[in-house]
Amino acid sequence: MSEPVISLRGVRAELGSRTVLRGIDLTVRSGEVVALLGANGSGKSTAVRGIIGQVPVSAGEIEIFGTPRARFRDWKRVGYVPQRTTAAGGVPATVTEVVASGRLSRARFGLLRGADHEAIRQALDLVGMADRAKDSVDALSGGQHQRVLIARSLASEPELLIMDEPMAGVDLASQEVLAATLREQVAKGTTVLLVLHELGPLEPLIDRAVVLRDGCVLHDGPPPKAVGQHALPGHDHVHPHAASGAEPVRTGLLS
Amino acid sequence: MELLNYAFMQRALLAAVLVGVTAPAIGIYLVQRRQALMGDGIGHVAMTGVGLGFLLSWSPVWMATAVSVLGAVLMELIRWYGRTRGDIALAMLFYGGMAGGVMFINLAPTGSTANLTSYLFGSLSTVSETDVTAICLLAAFVVLVTIGLRRQLFAVSQDEEFARVTGLPVRALNLLTAVTAAVTVTVAMRVVGLLLVSALMVVPVAAAQQLTRSFAATFAIAVAIGVAVTISGTITSYYQDVPPGATIVLLTIAAFLLLTALAAPLARRRARAVEQGAGDPAECAIPETGPETGKQTVPAGRGSPDGGGA
Repeated sequence: MSEPVISLRGVRAELGSRTVLRGIDLTVRSGEVVALLGANGSGKSTAVRGIIGQVPVSAGEIEIFGTPRARFRDWKRVGYVPQRTTAAGGVPATVTEVVASGRLSRARFGLLRGADHEAIRQALDLVGMADRAKDSVDALSGGQHQRVLIARSLASEPELLIMDEPMAGVDLASQEVLAATLREQVAKGTTVLLVLHELGPLEPLIDRAVVLRDGCVLHDGPPPKAVGQHALPGHDHVHPHAASGAEPVRTGLLS
Repeated sequence: MELLNYAFMQRALLAAVLVGVTAPAIGIYLVQRRQALMGDGIGHVAMTGVGLGFLLSWSPVWMATAVSVLGAVLMELIRWYGRTRGDIALAMLFYGGMAGGVMFINLAPTGSTANLTSYLFGSLSTVSETDVTAICLLAAFVVLVTIGLRRQLFAVSQDEEFARVTGLPVRALNLLTAVTAAVTVTVAMRVVGLLLVSALMVVPVAAAQQLTRSFAATFAIAVAIGVAVTISGTITSYYQDVPPGATIVLLTIAAFLLLTALAAPLARRRARAVEQGAGDPAECAIPETGPETGKQTVPAGRGSPDGGGA
């Protein structure tokens, strides 16, 4: 098997006085698509934020591309999509301006050259937002905003994508675009670690699922079968492998 | 322009222009991080510096710079470590700084509360040669940081968590923002005064936002508003014999109200254009499949106005 891209061994983390992670082991290998599942408060977001260094871990080891996280500097290889709520400024900013900050890891001294602007444009193209490039991000819907954040993470042409709940609050049209974008990245060999509330439309892409409960790994293996809300008849179920022009299917679901 | 014949007016206008440029330039990042009142807090802390300057017979401008930089770094550290009781610690820092200023200036042999007033509300006509030199140097620093590092500061202020994953030195940039804000406060101290500094950092940005959609345009317009109000405020105060600091701040607020009034019809026209261009605005994600498929999708979109979702 290929070398691990992300490796967590015995990771513990506390938020305030509450222990959120109680010794997590998690390995994501090159080219894999791994979903981190679990209920609210199970520690899945904290695990991801521990990997990127936003949350301090109290014990255990984290390695990214074989380098201990504290010494990892090669951030241009990593694309990150935070939960949408964290990304809101108090000043208007255009879609391009937001996506451009994703290119900073490849730009020397923050200077963007022609190739950088081209990469930004391409990232916007990938998520189908090129026509909104000059619009303010405040004018976008939730799903469009999420697509902008994904374009931002793709602007550095990363080998590893880490996404925290990319489908939360995203309308069906955007879910399809997101699934297609992700499928394209996976086909290129990008490694993906996703935090998901449920597998949903991304299910066919996922190689392995890691389920957390109360800060412990409950399951690590093939994605669990659809149960609970996911199996309900009224549940949104968009098959990303269906042709993108499959309007009748969508109309049937919505009516 | 006979007022330019007076050396004190030349100095006053130069200082005013520099404040008009620097205050909105750093203020925009504070507004973006939703720390609009940070300038106000630093202004309070800077009072201790002014008091210490009088007590030790040092330049109050440089002493205020040193103390407010220290205070700003402390605020940033409090924000970093003391998440739970951060606001209380900040309150103590602010009011401690203010009380310290009043105390020191009364202990100083040459100082009195009257001296402090000129720092609290600005005193453009008493700006000296050395003050102007200090203001020029400090303003150059602020301009270099806010323009030279605009992409980095934008990324950190927009989304700190994401900025960390692009490998930016987030903590260093946060500290730099705080230090630059502190320096700006002391630049603006002689012109609008410590208590009104924050207005020049925040209100031009808020006014510019009424018209703009991009960060770059907001930055440019905010600085333009800043320069316009500081120059016109200074000139008004010369002819009408009114305090320049208060005049400048009131003019800034007038600019905000004017632009807000102008923005409402502009926003309505823009919204109408979007509506006509993209059909149902709640469902504008659809047209990207191309104009002809986009039309076919409209009935499906109309069937579900919120677009479904989770």
